[in-house]
Amino acid sequence: MSAIGGEFRVRGAAAHAGVFGWLRANLFSSPANAALTLVCILAIAWIAPPLIRFLFLDAVWSGEGRDACLASIAQPHPGACWAFVRVWFSYFVYGSYPMGERWRVDLFFLALALGVVWLSWLSAPRRDVGAGYFFIALPILSFVLLHGAPLIGLAVVPTALWGGVLVTVVVAAIGMVFSLPLGILLALARRSDMPVVRLFAVAFIEFVRGVPLITVLFMASVMLPLFVPERLAPDKLLRALIGVALFASAYMAEVVRGGLVAVSRGQYEAARALGLTYWRMMGLVILPQALGVTLPNIVNTFIGLFKDTTLVFVVGIFDFLRTIEAARADPKWTAPTTTVTGYVVAALFYFVCCYGMSRYARSVEARLARAGRR
Amino acid sequence: MADDAQVLPRHARRARRLGGVAIQIGLVVLVIGLAFGAALNAAQNLARANIASGFGFWNNTAGFDISQTLIGYSASTSTFGRAFWVGLLNTLFVAAIGIVLATVLGFVIGIARLSRNWLIARLTGGYVELIRNVPLLLQLLFWYNAVLQSLPQLRDSVPLPGGGILNNRGLFLPRPEFAPAFGAVLVALVVGVVAAFILRLWARRRRRMGGQVRVLWPAFAFLCGLPLLVFALAGFPLAFSFPEIGRFNVQGGVEILPELAALVLALTVYTAAFIAEVVRAGVLAVPSGQTEAAQALGLGTGATLRLVVVPQAMRVIVPPLTSQYLNLIKNSSLAVAIGYPDLVQVFAGSVLNITGQAVEVIAITMAVYLAISLFMSLLMNLYARATAIAER
Repeated sequence: MSAIGGEFRVRGAAAHAGVFGWLRANLFSSPANAALTLVCILAIAWIAPPLIRFLFLDAVWSGEGRDACLASIAQPHPGACWAFVRVWFSYFVYGSYPMGERWRVDLFFLALALGVVWLSWLSAPRRDVGAGYFFIALPILSFVLLHGAPLIGLAVVPTALWGGVLVTVVVAAIGMVFSLPLGILLALARRSDMPVVRLFAVAFIEFVRGVPLITVLFMASVMLPLFVPERLAPDKLLRALIGVALFASAYMAEVVRGGLVAVSRGQYEAARALGLTYWRMMGLVILPQALGVTLPNIVNTFIGLFKDTTLVFVVGIFDFLRTIEAARADPKWTAPTTTVTGYVVAALFYFVCCYGMSRYARSVEARLARAGRR
Repeated sequence: MADDAQVLPRHARRARRLGGVAIQIGLVVLVIGLAFGAALNAAQNLARANIASGFGFWNNTAGFDISQTLIGYSASTSTFGRAFWVGLLNTLFVAAIGIVLATVLGFVIGIARLSRNWLIARLTGGYVELIRNVPLLLQLLFWYNAVLQSLPQLRDSVPLPGGGILNNRGLFLPRPEFAPAFGAVLVALVVGVVAAFILRLWARRRRRMGGQVRVLWPAFAFLCGLPLLVFALAGFPLAFSFPEIGRFNVQGGVEILPELAALVLALTVYTAAFIAEVVRAGVLAVPSGQTEAAQALGLGTGATLRLVVVPQAMRVIVPPLTSQYLNLIKNSSLAVAIGYPDLVQVFAGSVLNITGQAVEVIAITMAVYLAISLFMSLLMNLYARATAIAER
């Protein structure tokens, strides 16, 4: 803060003591500052009470249709229509996934949560097994669970029925599981001493980073079916997944490259001097350090990816946001407040997920900084 | 790795080089094979679906309407090519407005986050955290469906100060109508800009010789005073046509579609949060010793900021700022979600649906965004070179 100027007078410690000292130092240090504080307080006083009234005090908590949430004599200014969320809640989570099979989705959420905790808890036991679980076992398990396998008695559920948080999580998870290894490969290729390999990597990375995700999704959804024989045409969700995974891997490649650059040259030379081959050098010496250094950036890329999953709407997939759009359009629930209520729920969901990830990234960063100081 | 060359013995190096050549040849063959297979399949699939290929469609009549056109366009006579330009201009239009507004808001919030006022620092911090952690698409839908659609109907339009009208069909502003004499004001503006520039050069030379010259107020007089003076002398050659509420729609004035307003709002609010972080990081990157040294030299707070802190902070700020601008341009493609006729909505949407020529249309759309990205990177590299610290 001192860069902005003004922190040069040496203030007596007494000025900071007590509540009033704190107030004077932080809120009323000058007339301009005091005016600013007053404006802020007025703004809060203007916004907060109506917001609290809308979200809680005047909110409608139960009901079976729009009538509950419309203005009436009993409630002239109805607030948020939580009844709407209650009725549609399971649709928001599972989409049109068949009722009787929803335990499979719950099991998938559980398996995924286990993998995420295992990998993100930096001092968890056997994190190598955790990585194998997350990147190899989990995708197979998830496919069997969600898609179904008639051989072991799980009925096939076509992806057209998937929806809601399930699809959002699937798209984000697939993006993460595939973008990291692909991104590592691309980053290594970009730093390779083989010109052709380097050229392909640079062309791919710069191309994908130069265009909007929407056009990549359009490409995946309308061009991919053209490029493969008709009988092999992938289904709608798979097309979007391929688009998202390729898109995320280009961004991941740049993040990993940043980590590779941060590993000092001596590490490469020492690994070579020990007689390690290229892949053993990378796998045992360089990548563990590079990925460690750049872990906060990897998490930040995941946050971007998680927010970007909302874009699959352009190719007609019912992710969480799209289920809210669909529910909001239901004539049974057309009320002035349902739209805002639906968006509040969506914002809360995305905020909790993304903010959680960003707090995690920051804690890792702090941990790295501590390790660096030692 | 490039540094293997020094580490490995010669025969190992040769073996590695041969292996490398084999890998590269294999990769080229693989990519060409994939491309060839894809092209073959595409040709078959397109022939079966009876879809033409090539860029012949460019000159065919489009036949669909576009709700906002900055250049002349009509559904019955204009071509797909014309529709492309309309869409591209709409994209650039919304991006330009968004970039200006987001920069202003972002700098204000970024500086406010660094304020010693605890409340304002907390509030702006909360803004940044909230906005950055909620998807842009959700924010866009919120502005469009929740805020703008809940504006009053035509009958109950809100009159704005200055003669504008706001209702759920959009924002209607007075349309300026320039009399021919207004040309003189433009000439005065150009003269003012040139004069201010010359003043700056002269002041810089004087300063180099040790003189003290105040530039701000004379430059301000040239830039604003001169055109205003000419404007008054020419007899105020500017009139406004005000929008009026008719029976079924609003007549006169400039119409700003709700889609445009929602897109500008969403892009501005979202990008400003990221720009604020960029600005904050840039200011924090200037070591406090710089400020202290400036103070020790006797510079005031304003001069310290202007001459010492801002020039150094800008060097850190500009590269990530450029990438935020690029993100804003790319994010403007979310227009398709609310039906603002940008490049993606018009070209990769309507034109693609009508012609069915996915390969050509998507290729052109992507090429446009790529060209914009490359152009911005070029500008940024030039800036980085111009401001690089000459290291001894």
